[in-house]
Amino acid sequence: MTTEAAIAPAAAEPFVPGAPPPAPLRLDVWRGIADDNPVMIQMLGLCPTMAISNQVSNGLGMGAATIFVLVCSSFLISLLRKVIPAEVRLATYILIIATFVTIADLVMQAYSPVLSKTLGPFVPLIVVNCIILGRAEAFAGKVGPLRAVADAIGMGLGFLLALLIMCAFREVVGSGMFLGHPLFGPNYEPWVFMIMPPGGFLTMGLMFLAMGWWGERKKALLKKAVA
Amino acid sequence: MSGHSHHGAPPEPAAPSEQQDQTPAEGSSSARLLFTLGFFGALAGSLLAFTYQKTLPAIQKFAGEKVEVAVMEVLGAPPKLDTLYLIGDKLSRTPPAGVIPGDAIKLFIGIDAKGERMGVAVEEVAPGFASDVRLMVGFNPSTGALTGFKVLSQTETPGLGDKIEKDTAFASRFTGKIALPLKGTKSVTTDPSTVQTITGATISSKAVIKVINKAVETWKPRLEAFEKEGGK
Amino acid sequence: MISNLAWIFFSTLLINNFTLAMFLGLCAFFGVTTKIDTGWRLGAANTFVLVMTAVSVWFLNRFVLAEAPYLRTIAFIVVIASLVQIVEMIIKKFLPVLFRELGIYLPLITTNCAILALALFQTTRKYNLIEGIVFALGAGLGLTLALTLMASIRERLDVADIPAMAKRMGLVLIIASCMSMAFMGFAGMGSG
Repeated sequence: MTTEAAIAPAAAEPFVPGAPPPAPLRLDVWRGIADDNPVMIQMLGLCPTMAISNQVSNGLGMGAATIFVLVCSSFLISLLRKVIPAEVRLATYILIIATFVTIADLVMQAYSPVLSKTLGPFVPLIVVNCIILGRAEAFAGKVGPLRAVADAIGMGLGFLLALLIMCAFREVVGSGMFLGHPLFGPNYEPWVFMIMPPGGFLTMGLMFLAMGWWGERKKALLKKAVA
Repeated sequence: MSGHSHHGAPPEPAAPSEQQDQTPAEGSSSARLLFTLGFFGALAGSLLAFTYQKTLPAIQKFAGEKVEVAVMEVLGAPPKLDTLYLIGDKLSRTPPAGVIPGDAIKLFIGIDAKGERMGVAVEEVAPGFASDVRLMVGFNPSTGALTGFKVLSQTETPGLGDKIEKDTAFASRFTGKIALPLKGTKSVTTDPSTVQTITGATISSKAVIKVINKAVETWKPRLEAFEKEGGK
Repeated sequence: MISNLAWIFFSTLLINNFTLAMFLGLCAFFGVTTKIDTGWRLGAANTFVLVMTAVSVWFLNRFVLAEAPYLRTIAFIVVIASLVQIVEMIIKKFLPVLFRELGIYLPLITTNCAILALALFQTTRKYNLIEGIVFALGAGLGLTLALTLMASIRERLDVADIPAMAKRMGLVLIIASCMSMAFMGFAGMGSG
């Protein structure tokens, strides 16, 4: 978020048209879940993470739809990476992603209409979820299908994990329920604020504060060990 | 750094790629580019058309069921339903041309076993506390008496304003009231044209009243005009 | 008619602010709000694209997509991407100074979910052309308002002493939460 990063991310982070270094599949999956978590580390896909995270069921639905789109589009893009001309690759990626998103949207409308209604425009909005286009450009378009799928599964699970942390916290605190089941009995006065928009920002903020605290602590421990 | 510049991530390749892609002399021919895009476009289109056809029955069935449930509820489960369509500002028995059946604006007439009209149900909307409140409103067009209402969509404050949907006692206060027009009050009332609002959700309650008044106001004359013309 | 348009405009601008209440366009909101100038300029560019999108989407829905609603998402995203390209070319040609200042932010607009969301909302709410334009204006000015407010707060934060653990994003999100809460206070203004 530094100024130079915002003004010239291209210069700060040169775009290298080379494949990511080879790694075992296990690592490709793990990277997305932990070290390179799309939400918590890369801060991608914040819009859906905050917008629909007031219920665990929403998070599960959104996570499933995103994983479906991510895995399918990464697989297809990786398969076709040698066929797609570089000049139109972004347009083609968006086309492929939008197709899978629409399929997910239609299937959800047909077989899970209630969920589809609560998620509303956020299902079709998966098209502009930076995670998917980002992975297509940075990874899937440059490696074989097996690695692309492994990476997509990892990133998808990482997204789901972040979503579920947010959802669980907001639903439990904000409505006193988990997956719709009351937890604390009738005397619990739910902290309604948490399931409303400001609660989304707050929960995410608390999550980043916790991670910042953890990062600082690790840094301090390291310094101590070196000294 | 990698975590910080994420906002530039997706377009980032786009911006430099313009310069990078133009530099290689060999570049792909525009015919090939067009072919690729056209091919994927056609592929995407046909794949979606196929999925759409497979899922359409289920989607329509649900949408139809949802409307039907709401209509049945607000009219007190009539044995027979009649549907009129709004074209321009007039009602008609035939659906408007060129509009998906689900998108047409409709008026439902509930008819009892003896063939008598029990009431009509329409969808209407008005601003609430946070955003639009959309209701299915059932009323008797000759007397203006309400047969019921059902919330179709609302985003009022959880725990307060959303009681207009979740509090069944609130909905039951409306049945039998005369909406010519309906008014709200904070205290318990037996007046036929006044309804008690929800404590802590006065604006949301008033939004419900507003929608109901709007429904009766706009649809009663429409139906009367339709019947005057012979009900074609 | 007028009151309906006013409700659409003000509820989109304040009560259901795209950024602060609906979580749309957060990438720009968190990424580009380090300076007031760039904040409101990006907001203005977004507003322009939003209005153009509203008009195009109305035409698409009216004349092209009625028979094939399943192509909506694809059609919208293609139209938005082309619009952004056109806007980019126009600004480059006629306002080269502004182009240099906006530079990298312009292509960002394509992936701004606010634009696609506007197209989708306009479709599901069945707005006509005028309602659509008013909706887009409200959404765009709402984005501009949020971006500018956030940028002005963050300009102050630059010189503040912030605990290390809040430096990355934590504090910014807490501020966003407070702003969102403040905007909730506008609720209820639609029903006098």
